[in-house]
Amino acid sequence: MATATIAVRPQTLGWSYYTHVIAQETRYEFLKLFRAKAFSFSVIGFPVMFYAIFGLTNHHIEYARYLLASYSCFGMFGSALFGLGAGVAMERAQGWLELKQASPMPRIVYLAAKTITCAAIAMITVGILLAMGLTMGGVTMSVVEMLELIGVTLAGAIPFAAMGLLISFVLPPNAGAGMINIIYLPMSFASGLWMPISILPHWIQKIAPTLPTYHYAQLALNIFGYAQPGTSMTLHWEALLGFTCLLLGVAWLVFTRSEAKA
Amino acid sequence: MAATAYSTGLHAEPLIAYPSASVREPMAQLRDVTKRYGQVTALHHLDLSLYPGEVVALLGPNGAGKTTAVRLLLGLIAPGSGTAEVMGANPRDSETRTHIGAMLQVTRVPETLRVREHIDMFRSYYPMPLSADEIVRIARLEGLENTFFGKLSGGQKQRVLFGLALAGNPSLVILDEPTVGMDIESRRALWEQIRWLAAQGKTVLLTTHYLEEADALSSRIVVIGKGKVLAEGTPTEIKHRVAGRRIRCITELDLGFLRGLPSVMSVEQDREAVIVTATETERVVHELLRNDPLLRGLEVSAPALEDAFLALTQQESY
Repeated sequence: MATATIAVRPQTLGWSYYTHVIAQETRYEFLKLFRAKAFSFSVIGFPVMFYAIFGLTNHHIEYARYLLASYSCFGMFGSALFGLGAGVAMERAQGWLELKQASPMPRIVYLAAKTITCAAIAMITVGILLAMGLTMGGVTMSVVEMLELIGVTLAGAIPFAAMGLLISFVLPPNAGAGMINIIYLPMSFASGLWMPISILPHWIQKIAPTLPTYHYAQLALNIFGYAQPGTSMTLHWEALLGFTCLLLGVAWLVFTRSEAKA
Repeated sequence: MAATAYSTGLHAEPLIAYPSASVREPMAQLRDVTKRYGQVTALHHLDLSLYPGEVVALLGPNGAGKTTAVRLLLGLIAPGSGTAEVMGANPRDSETRTHIGAMLQVTRVPETLRVREHIDMFRSYYPMPLSADEIVRIARLEGLENTFFGKLSGGQKQRVLFGLALAGNPSLVILDEPTVGMDIESRRALWEQIRWLAAQGKTVLLTTHYLEEADALSSRIVVIGKGKVLAEGTPTEIKHRVAGRRIRCITELDLGFLRGLPSVMSVEQDREAVIVTATETERVVHELLRNDPLLRGLEVSAPALEDAFLALTQQESY
């Protein structure tokens, strides 16, 4: 009897499995989030509404251009914090994440699907902002500038998904959106996402470089030549990369510690 | 028996094959597992084996370690010492999990997806899933495919979760308190579905608070308390752990007299009747009828699983 064992046909999960599962997971993550009106109205609605109020009603093309770049960043930031941060925290608290973890779906697929979804939602925001700016705000730009704006906005998906992930680990399970707003709103303000950093109080200008959103905004503003004079774009990219590594590292640390306790 | 049952699984293609019908290799097992959470020992040198085709009920009071055992078998946590294996492999590996389906206690499921979409999503997690139509049919979700999850009733939500557990056509199905919060009708309906799973040769592990459920569904009950196995056996064997049977009748006989009858263990008043627990039931009944010709409402019953369960878990307590 010792030789008798249950023969399992090897089931190595190949490329076709991975591509299929990531496509499906992303598709349904997107539908789930987009249909949740509380989420889509605020995450897409806030930047669009602010842009309509502050960017378009002034009939000031400079404002419209500046805010087009900064509100694009604001859109990505909000999408990642609420879509990924609040999303993971909620699914963890409700036991839904555990059910998914018990399935063969790799963890990385779960996170990748959420990151891609947040980026997609941010792209909807950017699309609306662009349409508003170009048609109503009198903004003009080259195709290259437009692609650059989309590219820089998309690049924010990674660092802010990392931030969202960290938040989801440290946030009390049922804290909800309120706690995230405490990070989201002041950080956006202090990084010059709502108004040029140069007109903010001096002490805020001092602390801004410690915020990843500041460097992110500078990269987007630079496309239209609104970056703060005398700062290097390479430095901003490096800062964003550094923050990403730091946030992921801390998230990993928190996660493995909670795993050890679990 | 298990071997033939297995090859006619839900899927046309069997995932596993047995070299011989007499094999009794466990489908899943926890071997000498100890798991601590800080100062608390959740499982203490626990052994648990699940054999192909059986429905095992894991019973125990709150904090006994049921959920910890389930989470170990699902690979959600790793044992502190000892091993957890499913089909001879580590359940922490994705490949192993392709053979496992789980129904866990989820307080809230994303409500903005339709039933059909949830099923489609879970199907994509497994390399050889059941067809969506089959899942809908087995979980009795016909007509609800396009309903948003948030619009379902409690029983319907549980049925969707049951369907998701089967999405991958698993060989091992783990159901953690599957009928909690269900009304009697939906509970009975789910029992039928679990019986059907067993008939397909699936191995089922069920944790439950409802002893009736364990009694009705399982081929084997494992009672655990304080992280240890207290007893295991068929529901009948577990019930026999409690000595004696119960005689209930309406009689004029004096309680003191009843207590004096041979082999009587206890006598208690139950409204207009008395309940006599005795090991030599037939003799006691004979005596009763001889002494009280007017005796009526006679019932003799085996102890309920509940009594056995209480006896088992209380012995260990203090």
